Parts: sequence; structure tokens; C-alpha cells
Amino acid sequence: MIYVQLFLEFLKIGAVSFGGGYGMISLIRETVLKNQWLTDDEFMAFVAVSESTPGPLAVNMATFVGASQGGIPGAFLATLGVVLPALILMLLIASCIQNLLKYAGVKAFLSAVRPCIAALVLATAVVMGLQVFGGIKHLEDAFVPYYDRIFVFLVLSVWGVLAGKAKRKAPSPVWMIVVSAGLGIFIKCI
Amino acid sequence: MKEMMRLFFTFLKIGMFTFGGGYAMIALLRDEFVEKKKWITNDMFLDMVAIAESTPGPIAVNSATYIGYQISGFWGALVSTAAVCIPSFSIIYVISLYFDRFLELTYVGYALEGIQACVVYLIFSAAVRMTKEVCHTFFHRVIVVLVFAAMLLLSLLSVSFSAVFYIVICGLAGVAQYLAGILSKRRSEK
Repeated sequence: MIYVQLFLEFLKIGAVSFGGGYGMISLIRETVLKNQWLTDDEFMAFVAVSESTPGPLAVNMATFVGASQGGIPGAFLATLGVVLPALILMLLIASCIQNLLKYAGVKAFLSAVRPCIAALVLATAVVMGLQVFGGIKHLEDAFVPYYDRIFVFLVLSVWGVLAGKAKRKAPSPVWMIVVSAGLGIFIKCI
Repeated sequence: MKEMMRLFFTFLKIGMFTFGGGYAMIALLRDEFVEKKKWITNDMFLDMVAIAESTPGPIAVNSATYIGYQISGFWGALVSTAAVCIPSFSIIYVISLYFDRFLELTYVGYALEGIQACVVYLIFSAAVRMTKEVCHTFFHRVIVVLVFAAMLLLSLLSVSFSAVFYIVICGLAGVAQYLAGILSKRRSEK
């Protein structure tokens, strides 16, 4: 039953998605690939869409995958699933267990979860990078460089570093996406 | 009732303008609720941010539930959370209807070559930032290295091991480390 599956998978994502922003990207990627709801390419295209539209990635992804698998009811149930754990927990904290986060045990749990999330995001970035830049999906795959993609990555890195050196705010993700899209078209056309 | 309507429209507005994830939204929330409307005090707001950061779920959803509850109880929480999700839900639903056809356009395909590189860059730089923030102690560095190595290796070997397990195992390791600390302190006191 696709509706139940959508609801439960996104409930799971909602329940363990500590860390905001890209914190949940490892689990979201794993879930959509495992269920064959999206391909790797579609997933990356959607991350770009989500960066350029309002709303958190987890909620956007739930709506999108839900809609593509089960129309409006699917979109609604997947979004409900991803929001529900946060809603219930925040209600409990606001109403009766205000001190939950002050217990030393809870603090110890969270302080170890944070480095774990950072490492998961880093590993996800490297796994995606190996695939996008070198065509490596499995350990035994040969390295086949995609020079145009590597070139775009280098341009963005230089841009990011220069902005950091100039003590300016990091360029906004939307701008970076627009510039990269332009570069992609430019490289193919010359 | 008037209060509910104001909560609803305020969070609708916030949901519409939160590009680039939760942290951009915190400034907007503070401006709305602390400075302009004076519905909650600055101390309460800081508490809320700390709680939202350490509970699962997108920060947008967490803070909507929390502020909604503080201002008008259970229904306030529900109305605010729904309102913050409605804009992105509608936008993403419309996008999902045209997404596949959009990806098939030739120039979109070219642009995606660049965008894929950009998405990897965005996730990678977020991961580096997160990792720098969490490496405070030796224990945290060990977690980062082990989780990163394990996730990378298992992904390349196509062994499925969910991100959920890493998170739970690390959290429990944190609690165990904390308990071990207490035990050794007691022993040395004896």
C-alpha cells in the first residue's frame, strides 16, 4: 500500500532528522533511492529545485515524492509523516517536559549525534561526488572523469574561497545554482 | 479567533520567504515575534532556538509549533505548523506536475550537468562547515572519522546500512561515555 509506505518512510525521516538543513540528506537520499522513488539524477535536480524554492528540504522532498507516487493524498500523507514527530515532540516540550533538554543523559546523546550527522553528510557528499565527477558507484568501478562537471566544481570552489577571503557572506545557493546551470549550457554549446 | 488568524497569516508569510533553510528563518522569526509583535520575550526566543536545534525535524516546523503553543495553546500550534508548510507544499505540488517534462528539455539537460556539480559543492561545503563546528573533543573526532569511513565504505560496497542506525548507535555511545565518566569519577572518589 503506497500511502502507508509513504507515510511511514517519511515518519522515520522526521523522527531522526537532527541538525537542520542538509543534516537529513543522507537519510532522504537513501530512502528515495531504496524505494526507487527517484533516480540519482532526479534526486540531485530536486535538491537544486528545493534550494531555489521556500521550505525545508525534508518537507519539500516529502511533498514532491508523495505527489509523484500518490497524487495529492500521497503528498499530504508524506508531508504529514515528516512533520508529525517534530510537532508531537515540540508540543510535549512546550507543555510538560520543558526540562527534557537539561537532563545530562539527553545532552550526552545529542552531543554524540551531532558529529555523527556531520560525518554522514560528509560521506554522502563524497559518495555523490565520486559518482558525479568520476562515474564511480561501486568500489570496483573504473575512474571516468567528467571534465565539464569538475570544471564547474572548481569554479564554485574558487568563488566560495574568494568570497571567504574578502570576508563577505558566502554567495547564496540560488545564485550558485543559476551560475552552474549557465556554465553547463555554455560548455555543451561551445 | 483573531489571534489564530494572525498566527496563521504570520506563519504563512514566514513559510513563503524561507529560502535557504532554517537559519535564514531564525532572523525573520525574531523580527516578527520579538521586535514587531512583542508576542514573546527575547529570552523565550533564545530558549526556543536552542530547543529547535536539538530536537528532530526542520527548524521551521519546530519553531512554528513552539511559538504557536506559547501564544494560543494546542490549536495555535496546529494552525501555525500547518501555515508554515502550506506555501512550500503548494509550490512543490505544482512543480511535481511538470518536473519530468521539464527535465526532458535539451537545454535543461545541459544545465543539469552544471547543477549536479553545484549540488555536490553545496552539500560538501555544508558538511565541512558542520564538521568543523562539532570536532570539540577527541571523542567527537573519533565519531566523525569512524562514521565517515564506515558510511563511505559500505556505500561503495552497496551494503545497505541505514543512516538511522549510525545516529542511534552514536547517541547511545554518547550516553555510555557519559555513564563511564560518572563511574570512573565515583571509583576515584572511593
